[in-house]
Amino acid sequence: MVKVEINGQVVEAREGDMLIDVADSASISIPRFCYHKKLSIAANCRMCLVDVEGAWKAVPACATPVTDGMKVNTRSPKAIAAQKAVMEFLLINHPLDCPICDQGGECELQDVAMDYGDDVSQYSEAKRIVGDRNVGSLIQTDMTRCIHCTRCVRFGQEIAGLKELGATGRSEWMEIGTYIEKSIDSELSGNMIDLCPVGALTNKPFRYKARSWELKAHPTVAPHDSIGSNIFVHTRNGEVMRVVPRENEAINETWIADRDRFSCEALHSADRLTQPKVKAEGHWSSMDWSLALQVTVEKLKPYLANPEQIAILLSPNSTLEEVYLVKKLANALGINNIEHRLRQQDFSADQYGINQTLAMRLADVEALDSVLVIGGHLRKDLPLLNNRLRKAQLNGCEVNVVNPSGLDYNLGIEHQVDTLSLVSELASILKAANELVDQDNQVELAAVTFNATHTAIANSLIKGKKSALMLGLIAQADVHYSKILQLASQLAQTTGSSFSDLPAFSNTVGANLILASNSADLTNWLANGKKVFINVGIEPEFDCLLADQALRAMQQAELVINLTAFDSVSQQNYADIMLPIAIFAENAGTLVNIQQDWQSFKLFASAKGEAKPAWKVLRVLGNMFDLEGFDYTNTAEVLAEIKALNLSIKQPDYQCNLDLSVITPTPSSLVPCYSVDGMVRRSPALQATPDAQLTNPLN
Amino acid sequence: MIGFIKHQVKTFGLIELFKGLAVTGKYFFKKKITVRYPEEKTPLSPRFRGHHALRRYANGEERCIACKLCEAVCPANAITIEAEEREDGSRRTTRYDIDMFKCIYCGFCEEACPVDAVVETRVFEYEFHQRGENIMTKDKLLAFGDKHEAQIAADRAADAKYR
Repeated sequence: MVKVEINGQVVEAREGDMLIDVADSASISIPRFCYHKKLSIAANCRMCLVDVEGAWKAVPACATPVTDGMKVNTRSPKAIAAQKAVMEFLLINHPLDCPICDQGGECELQDVAMDYGDDVSQYSEAKRIVGDRNVGSLIQTDMTRCIHCTRCVRFGQEIAGLKELGATGRSEWMEIGTYIEKSIDSELSGNMIDLCPVGALTNKPFRYKARSWELKAHPTVAPHDSIGSNIFVHTRNGEVMRVVPRENEAINETWIADRDRFSCEALHSADRLTQPKVKAEGHWSSMDWSLALQVTVEKLKPYLANPEQIAILLSPNSTLEEVYLVKKLANALGINNIEHRLRQQDFSADQYGINQTLAMRLADVEALDSVLVIGGHLRKDLPLLNNRLRKAQLNGCEVNVVNPSGLDYNLGIEHQVDTLSLVSELASILKAANELVDQDNQVELAAVTFNATHTAIANSLIKGKKSALMLGLIAQADVHYSKILQLASQLAQTTGSSFSDLPAFSNTVGANLILASNSADLTNWLANGKKVFINVGIEPEFDCLLADQALRAMQQAELVINLTAFDSVSQQNYADIMLPIAIFAENAGTLVNIQQDWQSFKLFASAKGEAKPAWKVLRVLGNMFDLEGFDYTNTAEVLAEIKALNLSIKQPDYQCNLDLSVITPTPSSLVPCYSVDGMVRRSPALQATPDAQLTNPLN
Repeated sequence: MIGFIKHQVKTFGLIELFKGLAVTGKYFFKKKITVRYPEEKTPLSPRFRGHHALRRYANGEERCIACKLCEAVCPANAITIEAEEREDGSRRTTRYDIDMFKCIYCGFCEEACPVDAVVETRVFEYEFHQRGENIMTKDKLLAFGDKHEAQIAADRAADAKYR
C-alpha cells in the first residue's frame, strides 16, 4: 500500500493503481471521456489531466500509476488551465446543437462542459462534418458528434471480440466507422450506446421518443436468458420506453445482451392481446374477465374426471410464483402433466434427477483453465456467460468445443470438433480420457475409436486445475440428451472437471426446482396428443422444439386454453380461450438465474388493456374451483410460501450403463437467438438484425 | 389660546375643502389618461406575455425541434410534448399541447426555446366557451403563429439587442 495525497486528502492505494481509480475510490471527481473501468486505457481524450507535484506538465490521471508520497492536485491553476484547454479543443468540432441530440440531458460531454469548460468559445471557423453510417437496426450513428474517445472501438476488440468498428485517419481527419460498409452484428452491440459519452451512438428504436429527464428508472431483471442480467427499465407515464443495464459485478458486470435491451418494444406490439377472448362456434368474442374465467372453468370441468388427458405447457421464462401457482392449481385438480422444458425431446434422464445450473459462480468462470463446451452456442444463447468465458480464454484458458459445424465463435478455440453426433464424439473423448488416466468405468467403450483431437481435449481437461464441462441448448435438444448427460458427467468425473448442464431460459432453474417431482414426457404428449392443452405464456408452434408436432397436437386437441400476452392467427385457429397476461415490467415476481440467485422484481408499468399478471389469473382460477389456499394478495406471499418449502437441487447420479451401439447422427437444432420467446420475436429492431434472418443456422 | 383660534379658522374657513377642490380642478383640465377599452387600447411592450404561438421559418418549416426544454422548464406543467423521428430523419413533435388554464404566463418557455419556436404574443383577448378548448394543440398554435407572424417578428426584432 502507498499513500497518495489528492487535493490535500491522503488516500491509501495499492502501488500501480491508476490515479483515476484511486481518486474515484476517494470520491474525488476527475473528468474523463475515454477511460472506462471495463476497457483498456487509451489516454487519448486528455480530459483527466491533473497536476502532479514534480511533473512539469499536467499528466493524464487514467494512465498514471500512483507512487508513494505522490502529491496530486485536480483543482490547481495548472490543472484547471489544462481542463479548460482540452474542453475547448473537444468543443471545436463538436456540434453545439444539444437540443436536437438524443443524448441531450444524459451526455457526459454536456456535463463536463458545464463543470469544467469555459462559458465562451473563441472559435468561429467552420466545423468538421462526418457522414453518418447505417450500422444496422439497433444503433443510430451521428458521427459528427464523435469526440474520438475510441470506447466503442475498444469495446468491439476487447469485449465483443469482433473488430467491427475502427478509427481511420488521424487528428482532425480521424473517423470512427465500420471498416467496410457493414452493420454492427455483435449480440452485445447495444452496450456501445451506453459507452459512447456523446450522442454519436444512440439507441435507434428509442430515437427521439423521450428525454432522459422525463424517464423514471426501475430496477428489474431481464427475462430472456438464465443469466438474469440486472437492468433498469425506463418508463415515462407508466409506459416502458427503454432498457439500460444495472451494474452487478457478480452477474452481468456493466453489460447486457441486445435481447434484453431491445425486446421491450414488444410490450407495445400491435398484436398484444388486450381482452379475454372465447371462441364459440368458430367465432371469437371478447368478454370481461369474470365471464371468461367462468367459461374456462365450465369448459375445463368435464375433463377433470380424467386429468391424464390434460397437459400444461409453461414458459421457462415464467416467474417462480407463476410456476408455483400453476403446479399448486394443477395438483389440486389432479393434473400432473406440467412441462417447461419445451426445447428438449429426450426426457429419459429425469429418473436420475435434474440439475440444470452452472456449477460455479459466474465470476469464477473467468478463472477456469480448461473448458469443454458440448452442444452449445454460448455466444448467442448466453452472451454474458460467453463474455466471461472469453475473458478466461484471453487469460490462457483452453476452450474446446464439440458442436455442429457452422457456428460462429468470438473467442479462440483450442480444439474444435464439428459433428452431428455429439454422443459418439463424447464417447471418443471419454475413451481418450480413460486411456490417459488409465481408468476403466461402467461404460462399454470397446467399439469406440478416438483420434488426436479427442486425446488433446481430454488432456486439456485433465491437466487443467480448474476445468469445466458445459452442456448447451443444442445438447439439450438432442435426441440422445440423456446419453450425452451420462457420458458428459462420466467424463467430468474422469477428468476431474466440474459439470454444468446450462439452463437456457430466465427461470429454467426455478421451474426445475418446483416441477422436479412432476413426471413429464412432452415428446409423448405432443406425438400422441392430449385432449386439453393449457399453455402459459408460450406459443407452442414457436416455443416447442418439435414445433410441427406441437402445432398438430394443439389443432387436434379438444380444448386449448392459452394464457398469452399476444394474439396471433395460428393461436386463433387452434385455441378456444385466450386470456391476456402481463409480461416483463407489467408483472412482479422472482426469477432464479444460472447461479441460483433468487432475484425478485416489482411491477411498475401498467399492463396493456385488461391484461393481468398470470399469477393473479391462476389465483382467481383457484378460487373459482373452490380450492383452499388461493388467497394471496401479492407475489411476496407466494414467494414466502415457496421459500418455506426449502426447495433445493439434488445432484443427480447418472448411471452410466448405456448402450452406444445404436447411435445414429441426427440433425441438430439451434434456436436462432432472436426467436427464443414471444417478446424477442416481436421486437422489430431485433428482427431486422442479421442474427434474426437465420432461421436455423445449422441447416 | 392661539391653537384654538387656528383650529376655528381652519374649520370654518373651509381651507381643506378648497385644497381638495384645487387638486380636482387641476386634473379636470389636465390631459386624460383613461382609455375607453375596448374601443381604445393601451400600448403594449414588445415583451408582453399573452397567447402562445409556434413559429415557422421563412420557408414554411416549423421551428420546433422537440427538444422539450420548454416542457421541462414550465413551472405549471402546462406543456405536453411527444416526439418522434420524421420521415426525413429530423426531430419533430407529434404532439405539442399547452393547457391555457394551467399556464401562468411566466414566459419561461419562450426563454428556454433555443430556436425561438414557442413565443408569447401580444394577444391577450381570448376566451373559451367549451371544456377542452383551453388545450392549445400544435395545429392551433402553428396557425396562430402564422396569423400573427409579422407582429411576432417585429417584437423579437425590437427586443433583440437586450437578449
